[in-house]
Parts: sequence; structure tokens; C-alpha cells
Amino acid sequence: MFRRIEPSAPEGGPALTFEGREIVFYPGDSLAAALLAAGIGALRQSPVDASPRAPYCMMGVCFECLVEIDGRQNQQACLTPAHDGMVVRRQIGARQLP
Amino acid sequence: MSQGWDAIVIGAGPAGMAAAATLAEGGARALLLDEQAEPGGQIYRAIERNRSNARLSAILGPDYRRGAALVERLRASGACLRFSSSVWRVEPGAAVWSRTNGMATLDRARALVIATGAMERPVPLAGWTLPGVMTVGALQILLKTGGLVPSGRLVLAGTGPLFYLFARQCLDAGVEHLTLLDTAQSGNIPAALPHLPRAFTGQGWRYLAKGAGLLAALSLGRVKLLRGVSEIAIEGEERATAIRFRTGRASHRLGCDLIGLHEGVIPQQQLPRALGCIFDWNEGQSCFQPRRDPWGASTLPGVFIAGDAGGIVGAQASLHEGEAAALAILAELGRITPAARDARLRRVRQARDAHLTARPFLDRLYRPGPGLIAPPDHVTICRCEAVGAGSLRRAVARGALGPSQAKAFLRVGMGPCQGRLCGPSVTGLIARETDRSEAETGYYRIRDPIKPVTVGELARASQPSASHRGD
Repeated sequence: MFRRIEPSAPEGGPALTFEGREIVFYPGDSLAAALLAAGIGALRQSPVDASPRAPYCMMGVCFECLVEIDGRQNQQACLTPAHDGMVVRRQIGARQLP
Repeated sequence: MSQGWDAIVIGAGPAGMAAAATLAEGGARALLLDEQAEPGGQIYRAIERNRSNARLSAILGPDYRRGAALVERLRASGACLRFSSSVWRVEPGAAVWSRTNGMATLDRARALVIATGAMERPVPLAGWTLPGVMTVGALQILLKTGGLVPSGRLVLAGTGPLFYLFARQCLDAGVEHLTLLDTAQSGNIPAALPHLPRAFTGQGWRYLAKGAGLLAALSLGRVKLLRGVSEIAIEGEERATAIRFRTGRASHRLGCDLIGLHEGVIPQQQLPRALGCIFDWNEGQSCFQPRRDPWGASTLPGVFIAGDAGGIVGAQASLHEGEAAALAILAELGRITPAARDARLRRVRQARDAHLTARPFLDRLYRPGPGLIAPPDHVTICRCEAVGAGSLRRAVARGALGPSQAKAFLRVGMGPCQGRLCGPSVTGLIARETDRSEAETGYYRIRDPIKPVTVGELARASQPSASHRGD
């Protein structure tokens, strides 16, 4: 879906995991950009009709990029800088209340 | 809790950066808040990082690079800058609640400048919720922030200056499989022509020359461009795989890997609406905008609105609107005399107006078509709550005569985005169904928090020790 103008991220660079898969990213990437660059499609499932959803606006407006980050649900991936070691999962349905 | 700000500016795009810099240069204690991690807004997104990247800077072009000087001026001005900070509530009297790294903070000031900019007009059409469908602005943000370029078969559908600018940037970035579907109606060109003579005055000719250059580059680049496109529908199960549309009587279907949609931009309304500012319908730009005086003062005391948040004017005019609001505030604070304010305001206003001469021509040329405002019944209007146009039409038939009533019938506008992506469509469709104007139909009643904040953050914010001074 996307390629980098720069050469691909170097081996051994910062990395996060998405659903257990290692994703190498560039410093400065938002989490949403890092996942799109890695070819990830849906980031969440609609709590209303279970349809797959993915980043749409990339500027914090649409809330389609909600994911679970390090155990915290309903986080906007487009507004969150990617961090080394981040553990990210899809947001399936509505947030679970503790 | 910080009591000490003279002014708080919300949004670090051209208007907000110019406002904060002008305030700080004038001796005012100014705080600038932005949701992003760096200054620039969407138009100059990642400008500081990209200055050293010659390839990306060349692709993004001279109008993008122009933002670097403004960021430098902001950094040198002494304004306090707080990034990664979401404003979720503003109280009358310029009390601003924001959230930074999981911490809720209250800042107070004597004046407020709302410079939250624009968002892309929602484009409800069949399949627009599928992964692989994004706004053109979103694709451009990926280019600016990560040097990400669409690979595979890219289709851009829509119209407007950003639509053609991004197409050109794709060409320069080496995108090979690009198809442009221009949705502008053929009647737009004759309707826009009466506005053309004025567009050549002031700085307007620069915008016309840029547009002509973009179109020439695209035709030289042999980009596949179809005009008069209508009835777009996107196909796919887990992601978008094809796009169907019509040109005249012909039906088309194209396989694709990524789709960008764009039908122009509209002011971000959430913050001034939650505050209670009065809005008017702008027929020429087909959107609501907050009512303002010539200096940008809203209908609430001490609240200024500058740049695209107040009506679409573009980056250059936004910068001057930010300066105008700052000058009005500096005079209120006694930092400059009314005579000095008026002298400087005259120059700022002239500079702003010179950038607006082409605006009526462009607005009319790229006016959204009727299919966008009144989509077929099966098309999703509210993405968050998965509500279709047909459901809304039936709710109107059952007596929901306004957007806020439609919420109670259908939950439209009550999901995570809080109506940002359906509000314009809901107003437009109800207006058509009830044969009233958009102004009469009105808009959702927006309530804070306008951004997510957790109960735990609220609880911690109520303890004075947890609050911190922003300076």
C-alpha cells in the first residue's frame, strides 16, 4: 500500500509489536504511519457492525485508528508517536471497562 | 494552576504560530497549545524535520518550505510552546483544559485565540469506511511525516486545489499507477468565470499560476484523468479493491489498492461550538463558519478565531489573521497604543485581503455537487455509529427536524468522533429532506469534553499538587 522515499528502516532500528508481529519504524513516525508503512490494513473493528476500520484522516478528527497501546484501549494511533517496545493490539469492539 | 497567561493560542498552524509569535514579540505572556508533537499544523506538518531532507522538500514544494521561516520566528519569539497537548474543554473567560501525557491541566488567560484550522469535508459514499480508503489530506500527511508514498494502484477521487497539488506531488515522488477522478460538475466552470477577473488582482494570480502549473505537469506526466465523475462506489470486503463510477452515460470499474477522497476543506467547528460562539452558513463555501468581526473577534468576549477555523482562507491569509487577532489583544492588554494597532492592522488586513482575491473563483469552481450532500439510502453517513442516509431520511419522515433530534432518534454523531465526520452531511441531508436552508436546519449541539479524557485524569486534576504550571 505504501513505500518509503527513504530506503527501508534499518535492521536493529526501533521496533514495536502489532498483534505479536514486529514492526520496524522510523523515528518521527506516528503509530498509525508505522502500521500503514508495514502494510497493516484494519486497526479496529466497529463496535456497532463489526466492520473493519483503518486510519482515515491521520489528523485526530475521525477516531477510526483506535487501538490498544500497552494495555490502554481506545488510543488514537495517528496522534501517538511510535515508541520502541510499544505493544499494540487491534481495538475489537467497544472498550472494556475495568 | 497557572493564572499568568495573557493569551492562550490553540493550534500551531500558520494562524496560531503567527498569533503566538506576534503576542510574545509584543511582550505578552503567550501559551501555544497543539495536539501534534511539533509545530506547523497540517499545512506545514513536520517542516522542521524535513528541512534537511532535500528530496522530500523538493517534492512538497516552495509553498510548503515557506513555513520554515514562520516556525523559526515562533521559536525565537519567546512564546511558551506545549505540544502533544489536546484541548478538551474551554470555559468562558479563557480557562483552557488540556491533556498532555495523561495529565489534565487548567490554564487561564485574559484572551483566547482559536486557530484550530480546517478539516476535509466528509465524503459519504458507498464503501468509504473500508480500509484502503483515506482522505487525500491523510495521504499527504503520511508523505510529510514519514516520507510514505502510495505504492500499487492509486485512485484519487474528488476535486479542489489540494486534490491536484497532491496528484502532482505523487508524480514527483515516482507514483506510477495514478488515476484521477475529478468530480467537479461541468457547470462549475461557467459559473466561476464571473469571479475570474478579480482573481488576477492582488496575490490571486499566484494561485491561478500555481493551479495552471499543476494541471500542465499532470498532463505532461500522462496521468489518467477523468472529468465529470459521479455515482462513486467503492468495493471490497476486508479492504478496498475496486472503485465504480459514472462519466456521463458510461459506467466504469477500476481495480485499485488505495483510494484518496477529497472535496475541499471546511472549518473545524468543535471548539467554538462547544464554547457557544454563534455560527453562520457560508453559501459560497458550503459550510458553517463562526461569526467574527474584522479583527477575528468571535461573538464571545475575549475569544478570537483566526485562520481557516473562521472560514477557509488558506495558509498565507491565515498567518495574517493570526497577526490581526494578536494585535487586537496586545492593544487590549495595553502593550501597544490603539493608534499603533490600527496602523499595523491596516497593513495586515491589506496583506490578508491580497491573498483572498482568487478565493471566490476557486470556491465556485470546486463547489461540492448534489450527490455528495444527498447520497443514496445505503450509504453510511455516520461512520462511528454505522447509520445510513436511508435511516436518516426515515427519521426525518418520523419527525426529526434537526440534527440534535436526529441524534436522539439514531445516535448519529454520538460515537467517538462526536459528529465531526457526519455533522455536515446530517445538516445537509435534513435541509434537503425538509426543504429548508442549512442555516434554518442548524447543527449538532456540541458539548465538551471535545477530546477524550479519563475519569482518573479528571480526578488527579482536582488535586492542586497534580496540576503544574505550563511555564
